[in-house]
Amino acid sequence: MSTQTQSSQSEKLWGNDNTVEKSWRNFKTGPWMNEINVRDFILRNFTLYEGDDSFLQGPTTNTTKLWEKVSGLMKEERKNKGVLAADTKVVASLVSHKAGYIDNSMEEIVGLQTDAPLKRAIMPAGGVRMVANGLEAYGWKLDEDVEEVYSNQRKTHNQGVFDAYNDDMRACRSSGIITGLPDAYGRGRIIGDYRRVALYGIDRLIEDKNAQMATYDDGDMTEEIIRAREEFSDQIRALQDLKTMASFYGFDISKPASSAKEAIQWTYFGYLGAVKEQNGAAMSLGRVSTFLDAYIERDLAEGKATESEIQSYIDHFVMKLRMVRFLRTPEYDELFSGDPVWVTECVGGVAEDGRPLVTKNSFRFMHTLSNLGPAPEPNITVLWSQRLPENFKKFCAKTSIDTSSIQYENDDLMRPYWGDDYGIACCVSAMRIGKQMQFFGARVNMAKCLLYAINGGRDEKKGNQVAPKQAPITTEYLSYDEVMDKLEPMMEWLAKTYVNALNIIHFMHDKYAYERLLFALHDRDIFRTMACGMAGLSVAADSLAAIKYGKVKVVRDETGLAVDYIQEGGETPTFGNNDERVDSIARWLMESFMNKIRSHHTYRNSTPTQSILTITSNVVYGKKTGATPCGRKAGEPFAPGANPMHGRDKKGAVASMMSVAKLPYKHSQDGISYTFSIIPKALGKTEEERVDHMVGLLDGYFGENQCTEGGHHINVNVFDRETLMDAMEHPEQYPQLTIRVSGYAVNFIKLTKEQQLDVINRTFHAQD
Amino acid sequence: MINEQNQLTGYIHSVETGGTVDGPGVRYVVFLSGCPLRCQYCHNPDMMKMKRGTQKTIDDVWGDIAPYASFMKRAKGGITISGGEPLAQPDFTHELLKRAKAHGMHTALDTSGFLGEKATDELLDNVDLVLLDIKSGIPETYMQATGVSLVPTLNFALRLERLNKPMWIRFVLVPGLTDDPDNIERLAEFIKPLKAIERVDILPFHKMGEYKWKDMGMDYKLKDTHEPTLEEIERARAIFAKHGIETR
Repeated sequence: MSTQTQSSQSEKLWGNDNTVEKSWRNFKTGPWMNEINVRDFILRNFTLYEGDDSFLQGPTTNTTKLWEKVSGLMKEERKNKGVLAADTKVVASLVSHKAGYIDNSMEEIVGLQTDAPLKRAIMPAGGVRMVANGLEAYGWKLDEDVEEVYSNQRKTHNQGVFDAYNDDMRACRSSGIITGLPDAYGRGRIIGDYRRVALYGIDRLIEDKNAQMATYDDGDMTEEIIRAREEFSDQIRALQDLKTMASFYGFDISKPASSAKEAIQWTYFGYLGAVKEQNGAAMSLGRVSTFLDAYIERDLAEGKATESEIQSYIDHFVMKLRMVRFLRTPEYDELFSGDPVWVTECVGGVAEDGRPLVTKNSFRFMHTLSNLGPAPEPNITVLWSQRLPENFKKFCAKTSIDTSSIQYENDDLMRPYWGDDYGIACCVSAMRIGKQMQFFGARVNMAKCLLYAINGGRDEKKGNQVAPKQAPITTEYLSYDEVMDKLEPMMEWLAKTYVNALNIIHFMHDKYAYERLLFALHDRDIFRTMACGMAGLSVAADSLAAIKYGKVKVVRDETGLAVDYIQEGGETPTFGNNDERVDSIARWLMESFMNKIRSHHTYRNSTPTQSILTITSNVVYGKKTGATPCGRKAGEPFAPGANPMHGRDKKGAVASMMSVAKLPYKHSQDGISYTFSIIPKALGKTEEERVDHMVGLLDGYFGENQCTEGGHHINVNVFDRETLMDAMEHPEQYPQLTIRVSGYAVNFIKLTKEQQLDVINRTFHAQD
Repeated sequence: MINEQNQLTGYIHSVETGGTVDGPGVRYVVFLSGCPLRCQYCHNPDMMKMKRGTQKTIDDVWGDIAPYASFMKRAKGGITISGGEPLAQPDFTHELLKRAKAHGMHTALDTSGFLGEKATDELLDNVDLVLLDIKSGIPETYMQATGVSLVPTLNFALRLERLNKPMWIRFVLVPGLTDDPDNIERLAEFIKPLKAIERVDILPFHKMGEYKWKDMGMDYKLKDTHEPTLEEIERARAIFAKHGIETR
């Protein structure tokens, strides 16, 4: 398309105002100019970088000073039980708080959630009890008027859900066979396409939404259409509010950003708006670094900024991302420990045309881990492909070894499903940016489901009947066939109860806590998934293998409840050793449960998926689950995500990786999380070797072979167990010690003591 | 060894699928049990006696390895046959190497060289790299450290040189036992002219295997020996460097 045609078309769109054209100067033209299409813009305008990291610049004096200030505030925050300040009166919205700063004289990128750094906002539309309890836990009290309004006058998401829950759902929730449901907090895991704010400006986005709404003007006003029209109106209002919010900081974002700094600022405003209003379980950023690279390369070419200045913009942007906070309750923290926000940002990946999407800005984002030190947020996720440039692979490996702050996901595996402009929501959930969302569904406890099958639906800890009554197993020794006969219907019941609960939750969430800004940054038609999940996969698989290949004796209490198991047959196969006897059981559990989920109706015709992910809830799940036939004692933690149980993977790192990589992504399209920890010495003798070996392990794990399409996800931790033990003793010396747990990263010292011990007890790959 | 079903079998101690210190890249390492040496500092004394291992058929052992071939290739590694002393079971070792090679894997043989004569030329044809442990340069010191003679190892090294077989030399630095400058000097002089040597590693003695000696009711003679300091390691490096040999 020639520039001339382009400008006449733009004229049509924009009238005589040429601000837009000026903002788009020197960009390669394309369909992105006439429609909202960020992907098209990126593919035409990014500059592949295959060089090494030698161009990177250290922090500026201002960056260092500003980060010191933020670090000081974070230290205060830790001293104050983890929360520095919170609003008690003003219900958060895009425009509820005027501008807030860390130190306006030094900030290159501005904007805070409230009027002061690290001050948490209240968002009672999700559930007012959560807000009140969250405040009380830290010594504050919710304003009486707010409490009154959200208790008696304005219904919340939480109230709506509990109005509709049935007895089964309540029982499952309290026994812990289903845990972490977003029925009292924001569901999150929705990524707005924040880049649109920078590329198009708000006016164009509003115009687009008006046009979309107009397509719902004809025909009968069905419930569906009424809902759509109401949603579009909400979205448009959110966009207008976003403009107002930016104006508090002195910016007019009605038109596109015209420089790199503006593009970063505009994009951040989009994200900031989202986290001002939504206390979502995970508020991910998406995939902005390569998008921003186009602006940066243009500024560099025009001589408008130096490399050092550009790095400082990125550093300051990332600093802001590290400061996002939500007010949560201690119970929430127990499940998802360490105050995570999951500001997940994806770097790398390969375009569908074969070009790696690696730019200098991919390096700059990761370099913030050096300039500002390691940190859990943003949750930097490298989309790994065999085809990434070698230099980039090495840089990633080196950064992992130095900081343990990065996770990796298999772009070669996901690209056929989600294209080349997807982001990761939360930990492992891929979605096309601006085109797809998910209904977050936490997870069921598969180990407990197995115990229910053995006990005829009674809870092994409390003894009460949770699942519908069926005949319990009464034999002294467990027979595999009998257990399997009972397990299938139990899984069916669980899938039904679970999916139905999720349907209720998301119906109510849309109704009472609709994410108006996030959806304003989506297309008209959104592909929705119903993201179910499972914990305790390795426990359940090992247990079934113990029953199948060994002799498992049941210990029952006086009421006939099976409460413990004794393995008499010697060693049985365990997950994590690339042993097909048990790995095939794990795969069967996944596929079979997924198919049971698939057989149910899902809200808004969403496509059901599942994840094998626990976050830190593997500890809580373990606590709520009795002894299992695999030899795990009552209350002991599960392995995180899809990991093998601690100490049961005995053939080294690669066997463990292979067992996990063999789990089928097809039946777990919401992700399969694996956390890998290795001591530096076991990775190689010299730094160069360690880097090469890490690259090799990643290429091997993600690579397709005769047994697998390639692993899906891996967290990489490189440190000695002694470091962690020392950090438990002397937390003040390790303010930034970051470790990867299932799907995210945390400040080690922010974990509960139990969780710290769980991490320390996990398998660390070592070699004599 | 052939079992009653006429299958080739070997005694296996264990495997490590994520080996990063026994050859290039990430490797599948098979530890065969049985070793004629009695190194005072041995960190795997439980592998000394062959029969302490598990007897497995070649098909079983290879069957476990084969699925890793693609992984190891991507990880720029391969397979390493270690031990124990793999040449204490030469037929089994040979067959494993042959199968791995036929499968396109990079192969490494980790040996003390004492049983070098058991390695036929045909066996060595299937080896891409020999990790050769030369535990001392002075025959008496070698004898003291290992309980056997140095000569077969040196002969093996010379034979590998003639075959132009790539070698990585490994030398364990044990304070008070192998760190005498003269001992190192002699080793350096020996390896200096060998062109097939690609790399020389100094492995600092460590005590991580001490508990195994205790577990086995064996007397650990190096209880009071310290792990070499960085200075001691540098001193050893300097001696090699004097002869133009770079060490890692």
